[in-house]
Amino acid sequence: MADIEQLQQDYLARIATADLAALEDIRIAALGKQGAITGLLKTLGGMSPEERQEQGPRINGAREAVTAAIAARKDALESAALNERLAAEAIDLTLPVAPSPQGSVHPVAQVMDELAEIFADLGFAVATGPEIESGWYNFTALNMPETHPARAMHDTFYFPDTGPDGEPMLLRTHTSPVQIRTMMAQKPPIRIIAPGRTYRSDSDATHTPMFHQVEGLVIDKGITMAHLKWTLETFVRAFFERDDIVLRLRPSYFPFTEPSAEVDVGFTVEKGKRVIGGDPTGPNGGWMEILGSGMVNPKVIEHCGLDPDEWQGFAFGCGIDRLAMLKYGMDDLRAFFDGDLRWLKHYGFSSLDVPTLSGGVGA
Amino acid sequence: MKFTLSWLKEHLDTDASLNEITDRLTAIGLELEGVENPADALRPFRVAKVLEAGPHPNADKLRLLKVDDGSGEPWQVVCGAPNARQGLVGVFGPPGTYVPGPAFTLKPAKIRDVESFGMMCSYRELELGEDHDGIIELPEDAPVGTSFADYAGLDDPVIEVSVTPNKQDCMGVRGIARDLAASGIGTLKPLSEVYRSGVDPVEGSGEAPDVRTDDSAGCPAFYAQNVSGLKNGAAPKWMADRLKAIGQKPISVLVDITNFVSIDLGRPLHVYDRAKLSGGLVARKAKDGEEVLALNGKTYALDASMTVIADSAQVHDIGGIMGGEDSGVSDDTTDVLIECAYFDPEHIARTGQKLMLTSDARQRFERGVDPAFLEQGLAIATRLVLEHCGGTASPVTRSGAAPVEPRTVAYDPAYCAALGGIDVPASEQQAILERLGFGIDSSATPWTITVPSWRRDVAGKADIVEEVVRITGIDAIPSTPLPRLPGVARPTASPAQLQERRVRRLAAARGLNEAVNWSFISDKEAAPFGGGGWVLANPISEDLKVMRPSLLPGLLSAAKRNLDRGAGSVRLFELGRRYFKAEDGTSLERTTLGIVLSGDKTPRDWRSGKAQAFTAHDVKAEVLALLDAAGAPAAKLMDFAPDSAGPGDHYHPGQAATLRLGPKNVLAAYGTLHPSTARAFGFKPVHGPVIVAELFLDTIPLKARGSAMREAYAPPALQAVTRDFAFLVDAKLPAGDLVRAVKGADKKHITDARVFDSFAGQGVPEGKLSLAIEVTLQPVDKSFGDDELKAIADAVVKAAAKLGAELRG
Repeated sequence: MADIEQLQQDYLARIATADLAALEDIRIAALGKQGAITGLLKTLGGMSPEERQEQGPRINGAREAVTAAIAARKDALESAALNERLAAEAIDLTLPVAPSPQGSVHPVAQVMDELAEIFADLGFAVATGPEIESGWYNFTALNMPETHPARAMHDTFYFPDTGPDGEPMLLRTHTSPVQIRTMMAQKPPIRIIAPGRTYRSDSDATHTPMFHQVEGLVIDKGITMAHLKWTLETFVRAFFERDDIVLRLRPSYFPFTEPSAEVDVGFTVEKGKRVIGGDPTGPNGGWMEILGSGMVNPKVIEHCGLDPDEWQGFAFGCGIDRLAMLKYGMDDLRAFFDGDLRWLKHYGFSSLDVPTLSGGVGA
Repeated sequence: MKFTLSWLKEHLDTDASLNEITDRLTAIGLELEGVENPADALRPFRVAKVLEAGPHPNADKLRLLKVDDGSGEPWQVVCGAPNARQGLVGVFGPPGTYVPGPAFTLKPAKIRDVESFGMMCSYRELELGEDHDGIIELPEDAPVGTSFADYAGLDDPVIEVSVTPNKQDCMGVRGIARDLAASGIGTLKPLSEVYRSGVDPVEGSGEAPDVRTDDSAGCPAFYAQNVSGLKNGAAPKWMADRLKAIGQKPISVLVDITNFVSIDLGRPLHVYDRAKLSGGLVARKAKDGEEVLALNGKTYALDASMTVIADSAQVHDIGGIMGGEDSGVSDDTTDVLIECAYFDPEHIARTGQKLMLTSDARQRFERGVDPAFLEQGLAIATRLVLEHCGGTASPVTRSGAAPVEPRTVAYDPAYCAALGGIDVPASEQQAILERLGFGIDSSATPWTITVPSWRRDVAGKADIVEEVVRITGIDAIPSTPLPRLPGVARPTASPAQLQERRVRRLAAARGLNEAVNWSFISDKEAAPFGGGGWVLANPISEDLKVMRPSLLPGLLSAAKRNLDRGAGSVRLFELGRRYFKAEDGTSLERTTLGIVLSGDKTPRDWRSGKAQAFTAHDVKAEVLALLDAAGAPAAKLMDFAPDSAGPGDHYHPGQAATLRLGPKNVLAAYGTLHPSTARAFGFKPVHGPVIVAELFLDTIPLKARGSAMREAYAPPALQAVTRDFAFLVDAKLPAGDLVRAVKGADKKHITDARVFDSFAGQGVPEGKLSLAIEVTLQPVDKSFGDDELKAIADAVVKAAAKLGAELRG
């Protein structure tokens, strides 16, 4: 029965070099219904038990060896074929993909969101008011009657129209009218900030006829200038995200606050740029004015129908564009309003840069 | 307000250094604008004598000088000045000196082959005047070798402070000195020590001036005194030097006296040449149509609201603002009338505003001069005139009375801590206030405080706190935390603010760049958008004149600028207001989001081929996404073709639409910009179509912050199935109509219908369009049977047929 081993050897040798089609032929020739090994298996039935005892394992062994060899060869061939196909399917992934358009949030809007976040933590809501105001809200109610010298200093844009209160209509020169509207509309205690567009007839490198301001107002019982100072310090430190910021209050004059103070912030010069924070009295340091503030003038509280002996508080106002410039380093205010895509993409913010208390108010 | 250190020290007895003084000025509310010592630039210049002056060998007009500046060997100097001569004592700058006038540094040089070292200077070269006719000539006894700045008394720092409108008392040097003294910097000298010629009224003799006020509202008090037989000329050197040091040009002693007293004491005066007056002077209201030629050379038309000083023939003075040219003093003047009047601040402000005329006098009267200082003010002026011009004085005429009634404030010293947040002991508060001139009766609380006549701004107890705080030092106020509301900070943003934040951030996330454009635009830009309701009376330019009725003009201009700068693709948006007039005449400001898309939507690309332009459907995608973020109910939005409610004539009539809630409530307008409008904004055909949109955020109903709980929901157990339908429709039929009809065919089971193909061409008859719609069907209780599916399909076909749509075979 040496030919069984011989047969197996022959098949295995043929399988080792067969391609897929030949492999099928071999399978049929060896293991098909009429196959050689199948034929041998059929002979087992006619054998004596002893013979079967001897031949059975040999024939079955051959069948199993050939079956396994065919399967292995098939696997190897298919795997090679797949590898060959995949190799042919290679693409150049260094080729570029079309870029998604890069959108941006304007720095002014971003800073307004930052302010809202910082002040929300202190319990301030955001209030708004019209930009086209009557002289009453913009001046008179703020203790600036028509002949007040400070009124002339505001470089006001006027409309030929007269409002229902008989005063001329104008573009608000500051966000302070929102103080008046808030105090008239809601009962104290009041804590608001009012960011928005403001207008003055002024145009040069550091002034644009339209700009942004934020107003703050607190009206309550027992509020003093010491609260004002803390609030401003807290706000400025939170906004610029530095603890080493010092403020300096200087007495000043605003008709709608009494006492009034202008507030300077300490800066240091780093790499040729002014950076808020550090020692203003050091060799690279100095002070710059950033906001005006004071205790709300009792006359203003009275104009709004509140009793100044019961309610008092503070107000402050600050330029938003300037805050943005100081924090993020732009140096030309006019570029804010030019809509230059290159500038907007450089100085703008990703939609995902949402200022939050936990994530930080700076992007 | 400018003054020099020595001028200040005329009133203030102090040892404080310049730095201490300037720091304190800022600390008490007189913000330092600058300090400049003119001597700093003149340090190297010395008094020098010309020892020899000989001819220059090579030039007729030049002289060769030997100059002794006290430093040793005389310098050889080539000089072209006509007055250069032996024995002259002048001012010399040695080599290496920077000469401020011509702005160069002296170097040894050869002038026509002769060496020259340094320079003898003219006044102009030292920026000390206009004189350039020759070199400076000093008296012969001027000490050679000393610093010229010291010799000329120029070593006197000029201090400039900004005076806030409430500090009328600090519009004079003496007021500033008083504030400094109150803050502990030295002591205020008595006025009689400052004005040694005297401060008491001059009795005078003869006839008193014929003056009176007939306008007690505008000019409550008119005091005057004549001085006769005087001689006008140059002001004394000390006075001229003071005025020059702060940049005022000395004119003549009479004029300079009025300027000096105005700056020194904040007391404006006026001097008339009596030879040019016809009869007496009256303060009265001007007559409509009257005119006056003012001292600035301009003629002003007056009206009956303005107070003037006039004689029987004409107006001579715009009361309290500016004198008239016709009665001004000259070198020939011998008889003058000195006016010291009190003009009402409000009147002055109104007149000044109307005439658009500012002057040093207006600034002071408008803020309010000391009404109790007429008598002394006039006396000081008369005495200065007598001292420097000679002559004899008349008695004083006093017409009317200034408002000098003392004003009192009830003040509890505890209010300082209650408002100012700083606890200043009552005794200290009293001392501060007294040093500022307040009278204090502290025998009972509240105190009775009498306000000094020169502090018109102090009216209430908050003003008193301000005085105490600013003199104590406002920086000494402690920092006290605002009381914190208990618990976690509550949300503070309103629904409208949240809506704005969401749309802004979504727009940026979708690749749009936020711009901030001017709220005002030109008439021309506003016109295609219906024009603006608010037009500025005093615009800064014609380009920034009309309050925008639309965000598109600003965006279009910005887009055009970007294309001009070479941008290939522009996606801009702005979130801001449009301005309209409300019925009651107030402003109606509508929050709006505008979009402009221009240039390439996608650049040419190895995958997608040629660059793609934006289409109106691109902006529709933005509009729908943003409306959804803004909280608009997507399911209820209706497409509307252009009609009277929008989107307007500035859109392409066939490529624009509005999205509405109901027939009138337009939430958004979008589409292709009308080519004519695009052209008006400078776009050229090469730029391709300009695609725009506006979302009217204020029309979108805001959802109030409600419960966090969602409506109950469980995903349906049965799977939805889809069926496709292809219809032949009239090419003009809006696809949206067909979709709406299909959706309405079986509202219970059809959850969605979506156009997935739109085809015209081979196999589709002319004038027709094939629209393929995928319909999503959701079984409710059990899976659909064939009968049910057929029934639904029949309903769909029937509904479509009502619009003339035929099912394609």
